[in-house]
This record gives sequence, structure tokens and C-alpha cells, in this order.
Amino acid sequence: MAVRAQFENSNEVGVFSTLTNSYALVAVGASENFYRFVPDSENKAYKDARVACVFEAELQDVIPVIHVTIAGTRIIGRMTAGNRKGLLVPTSTTDQELQHMRNSLPDEVKIQRIEERLSALGNVIAANDHVALVHPDLERETEEIIADVLGVEVFRQTIADNVLVGSYMALSNQGGIVHPKTSIQDQDELSSLLQVPLVAGSVNRGSSVVGAGMVVNDWLAVTGLDTTATELSVVESVFRLGEGQGPGAINSSLKDTMVESFY
Amino acid sequence: MAAMDLDAPVSIAPLLQAEQTHATILCCNCGAPIDGTTSAGALCYDCVKTTMDVSQGIQREATIHFCRDCERWLLPPTTWIVAALESRELLALCLKKLRGLHKVRIIDASFIWTEPHSRRVKVKLTIQDGVSEGVVLQQSFEIEYVVAYQQCPDCQKSYTANTWRACVQVRQKVPHKRTFLFLEQLILKHGAHRDTINIKEVKDGLDFFFAARNQADKFVDFLTSVVPVRAKKSQELISMDVHTSTKSYKFSYSVELVPICKDDLVALPIKLAKQIGNISPIGLCYRIGTTVNILDPSTLQTADISTPIYWRAPFTPLADVLELVEFIIMDIEPIGTQKGKWLLAEATVARASDLGTNDMTYYTRTHLGNVLHVGDSVMGYMLANTNFNNPNFDAVEASHTYSSQIPDVMLVKKFYERKRKSKNRNWRLKRMSKEEELLPKKAEQEKLDKDYEIFLRDVEEDAELRSAMALYKAQQAKKEAEAMSVAETDDGEDETPQIDMNELLDEFDDLNIQPGAQ
Repeated sequence: MAVRAQFENSNEVGVFSTLTNSYALVAVGASENFYRFVPDSENKAYKDARVACVFEAELQDVIPVIHVTIAGTRIIGRMTAGNRKGLLVPTSTTDQELQHMRNSLPDEVKIQRIEERLSALGNVIAANDHVALVHPDLERETEEIIADVLGVEVFRQTIADNVLVGSYMALSNQGGIVHPKTSIQDQDELSSLLQVPLVAGSVNRGSSVVGAGMVVNDWLAVTGLDTTATELSVVESVFRLGEGQGPGAINSSLKDTMVESFY
Repeated sequence: MAAMDLDAPVSIAPLLQAEQTHATILCCNCGAPIDGTTSAGALCYDCVKTTMDVSQGIQREATIHFCRDCERWLLPPTTWIVAALESRELLALCLKKLRGLHKVRIIDASFIWTEPHSRRVKVKLTIQDGVSEGVVLQQSFEIEYVVAYQQCPDCQKSYTANTWRACVQVRQKVPHKRTFLFLEQLILKHGAHRDTINIKEVKDGLDFFFAARNQADKFVDFLTSVVPVRAKKSQELISMDVHTSTKSYKFSYSVELVPICKDDLVALPIKLAKQIGNISPIGLCYRIGTTVNILDPSTLQTADISTPIYWRAPFTPLADVLELVEFIIMDIEPIGTQKGKWLLAEATVARASDLGTNDMTYYTRTHLGNVLHVGDSVMGYMLANTNFNNPNFDAVEASHTYSSQIPDVMLVKKFYERKRKSKNRNWRLKRMSKEEELLPKKAEQEKLDKDYEIFLRDVEEDAELRSAMALYKAQQAKKEAEAMSVAETDDGEDETPQIDMNELLDEFDDLNIQPGAQ
């Protein structure tokens, strides 16, 4: 399922959260509505308001939702990169924060602090459980650590001539969305590397930073509140989130715009 | 065999490729499939058009100011320009009034017709602006201008009495205007009139008005440097602050020109004639510079009368150009004395009007020995049989030494028969725009025209006079130059002096100057 959410009036939910198949990280916010949605509670105003809440409402019983900061900041989505098997945090993460995450994460998830000049790992790494695309200038040791910790194949790539692959791509094991200006040729190349269908698209009413505007795992996508119905339908179909949204059920209007090769 | 056509093998793959590049994303607003690599953001062109407004920073209403008296438009901050409705100038002015227009590119601008009395001007504007990198949006919209009335400073001044601070009253007490016509050309050439608020034509002269005293001083200095004048300053107290002793005055300069003109016949006071080189007291004024230059044609002796000396004992001319009479040279014999362009000669002349009626001839000496030949027409003063009411002339007649030297005839200049109309001149002069009290009566206008014609002939004949002024090419002369040279071959008899085209200037527009002769 795909839902819309807002973090403290910001639509860039990918900046303030990280979502994988085995855990979710969310920033510590002044308003707890972002992750705690209490249906039919005393706060009726939020019910029809679009609020975000999604994390705890959707994930509470399935995977841990962890409230963290990274180096005291709340932009954890941009600072960290992870998948089902592991989590990478920048070197600026304090020991206390690291300890808190170790305690909260499932035992089988490896957590690793990376000494890397490009410390906003969320911006330079786009990963699912099998493959990761990284910034071309990333250090070789970092590349090895990514491969070890996340258990993935690592490719140095750009997306529509942007080096910040994590910012301009949202990726899950089912599919991926890339920058709207990505050409068909680039999409073909990337999807043959990733072995998942890709589609060019936008979130938050035309924003091209799809990685920062949404988070996604294999059964849930959270996008900014400004995301239009069209954008949401693209997200649902490419990540196969809706009921009966298998490859054969994509409606004909979407067919033109989507990469033809579903694997 | 050759007639048989074979279909060329067609590949299907490129067609497919072409179809794929059509659309890569859905418009985030309406869901229309579009090509993401060329679109603005993730919007289709229709959505860009409906959601973006490139004319946002541009005002849709503005006010333009119009002076009803002089029918000029205010071009901020201070300029007033003449522009017809729906003219290019007005469009430029309208566009200049709009703020924020420099940020966008103007594609087109045009007026939409409005009823003139509605005091509204409508402009349709088409602009272009980039909405995101590589995507340009074009938009058309209308701007309505309200025409507000505002009196321009010039009109304010003209409706306010006595805005001038200094006035220069230039006078010459002679029956004709030729000196003023010459002075006008001098003023125009040197741009001395530039500071004047107003120029008014009055009897015997002109009044020049100035906003500041130093401008008037400058103008008076200019006049004294080009013509012999007597200047007198007077001032009138307008107001005074007794506490600070600040006073405001109005200044009047009375500038009187020497009443003697070129080619005038003069009778000097005998005392003065003795003082300035013992010249014969009956002479011709051959030039007016800063001094009066006198020539005795019978000896070629010249003398200068400087301005202060003249005003010590002022005298009036004995006869002026209008009293010239045409003579025919019967016989001419150079004597040999030469001075500059003059050659002293003895001539026997007869009045042109006497020819066929009587055989009266006059003997005279002339300075025009170089240009006169037997049979030529020449203009001169007839002294014999003429009564002059002039005390100086009476004194000369009464004196023992000089009474015998009075010639019967004094020749002044060669007379050129003018076949052509004056319209055929290939040159023209600029005129100053003057304010006249009343429109001249018909007789006066004729007199003015005659004065001007005489002046123009003088200019034509006298290269020295010409050098002091700026002559312009006549508009039609340029066009007709070639045609004339083919069609009209001058007959040799017509030796009317012509001005060489090389001497003439090309004309440039000057706002304050009305174009030339009638």
C-alpha cells in the first residue's frame, strides 16, 4: 500500500525516515503524529487529516520502528543507508546513538559506521536487498563495506547525469522510481543492473528528488502529502503495492510510460 | 524491367524506438503521458500553462501623464515627448512605464483600439520567460493605461507671468531688418540662443528672455564680440528680505546696434573723418564687424570706426540699400591702384532709367574696377540731384575742402539680373522661432519678405558674409541635383553667383529651430 505523510509540515519524508523490510528508522519529531496514528482516539482532527502516522500504524506489529537521531540531527533518511540485512551510518554518529540503534534493531541486522568523506550516505547509496547503486566518487573501502554489510552487489552509477543516486532514486525489491528526466536508454541500463522494473517519475507534485520525497519497502511506500493521485498510482504500480497490482494488471494508460521489461 | 518498382526493405525496430521516446513519465497534475526528458519539471505543457504565470511580476494597470496644452507625454522622470496615439513612441513610453518587464523577453506589443475620449490606452503584450531550465513559456495579456492630465513644466512656465530674470533688448533703429537677419544667423551658428526662455519680436528689434542673469550677461558678451553695440544694464528690485539682506532683481539689458549697415552711404562728421585718417567724409560702409568699416571709393582709403568712438558722435546713414539706383557702365578705365579685391577705376555711367530718354552720363571713380565691364549693370547711390536731410552732409557741402569732392554717383555693387525665382536656391538658412505680438499685416509681411530676399542675395554675393554663418543644403536641391544638371544647362549669360554645394552643411534636426525660409 502507498500512503501520504508529512513530517512537521515537510513533504520530504525520505529525509526524515529510512524504511527497509526488517526495520524502520524515523526522526525524533516535535509532533508525534508522524509515527503514531491512533485511530478513533481523542484527537479526531487527525483522522481525516492526511497525517502520517503510517509508520507505527502500518508497521507496529511487523518490524521495529526506531526513533533515532544521527549526530544529533533529524535528517536520518539522508544520513543513513540500509536494507533488510544491514544498516550503514556515517562516522559522525555518536556512540550513544549507535548503541541505541544496536539495542533496537533485530539481531540479524548488521550495523556499521563508515569513514567516508561523502557522509550523507542516504544521498550516495540506493540499495535494495540484492543490489546497490552508489555515487561514482565513493571510496573503494566504502564500496567493500557496503557489499559486506548489506550483502549486495555494488555498482557505481549516475541517474540522469546526477551523481546523487540515493536522492534521485527510490528502490525496493519489486521496482524503482528514478528522476523524471531519465531517458529510456538510462532506465533500460539501470533496470538490467538492478534486475527490477524501473520507471521515471516524480513525487510531491512534480518534485524530481524521488529518493528524498518518499521511502519504500516491499509492502509499503510513504510519500509526501503533496503527492498527486497520478504520482501515487505510478508508485503503487511500479512497487506492486496495491491489491492485484501485478505486472499484468497495470492499466493501459500506465503501460506507455513504464519500462516495458518486467522481470 | 525498369518500370517495375520494388519496395525498399523497411526495418521495424526504429519505429518502435521512436514510439518509446515519446512518453516516459505521467504529468503529475493531470496524468497525461509526456516525455520527461524535455518537460518542465514533471508537468505537461497544458498544466504548465494553467499553473504557471510568467507575467506575475508585471503590473496590468498603469498611469501615463499627458500635458493637454502642448499635447506631450511624460517620460519619467522629467522628459516630455510628443507622440501620437498608437504610435511607436507612445508604445515605447507605455512599455517603459511597466515595472518588472526587463526580467522577461518581450515578443510582441501592440495597441488595442480605444475611444480617445475614454482616456484609456490598451496594450496587448506577448512575453516569454523560462519556467525551468530549457522550457520557455509564452503568454499574452492586456495592460490598461489610464491617461492622467498633468501640466508640463514648460506649460506651467508659459502660464506663469514674469518667470524671466533677465531680458536683453536688442534694437537697431533702421527701417529694415537685414542686420537682424544677419545677427540671427550668427546667433544660430554659435548657439547663443540656447539658454533663452523666450524670444519676442518687437518694433525695431528682438527681446531675449533668460532665467538667470549670467545667461543674459553671456549673451550680451556674445553680441559685443560680433557686432558693434552699446549695452546698458538696469535692474529693478522685485523683493528684499530686510533680515537677511537678500534681494531679488530683474535685469534688463538695453543693447543698441549701430544703425549703419553694410553698403550704406554715410556722411561722417568732418571732425571724425579727420581723426580716423583724414578720410573723405562721404563714404561707403563696406563691412560691419565689431567696428564700422568705411571705404572712400574714390581713393580706396579705408577707416575703422570703433564702437566707443561711434557712440561719442553718433551719426545716421545718408542712404541705405533701398535707395540704390541701377546704372549702366558706358565706359570704365582702371587707374591702377589696387587694394585687396578692389581695383580703382574711372567709370562713366548712365542711369538705367535714363536710357532712351536722355543722354545724361555721370563720371565717377569706383572701387569695383575688377568686376565691372562696359555694359554691366551696377547699383549705386545717386548723390547729384538728391536732397539729404542730414546735418553732416550739409556740413560737408558747406565746407571749402570737401564740397568739391562730393561725387555725383557712388557705385556700390554689381547688379545681377535674377531670372530664376528665389525658390531655386540650392541652400537655405535656419530661422529662430520667435514669438510675435501680432501677426504682421500684409504690407508688413511683404516688406519682411523683401528684406529677407535682399539679405539672401547679399549672402549669395558675399563670400565673407557667408563665412560667418551656417548654410544648409536645401531639401529639394539634393533630390533635384542630378535632374537639374541634365535638364537645365545654364546659358552663359546668367552669371548670378551660385554657392558651391561643398560649402553647405547637411541638416540636423534641432527642436527649437523652425526650418528655413518661407
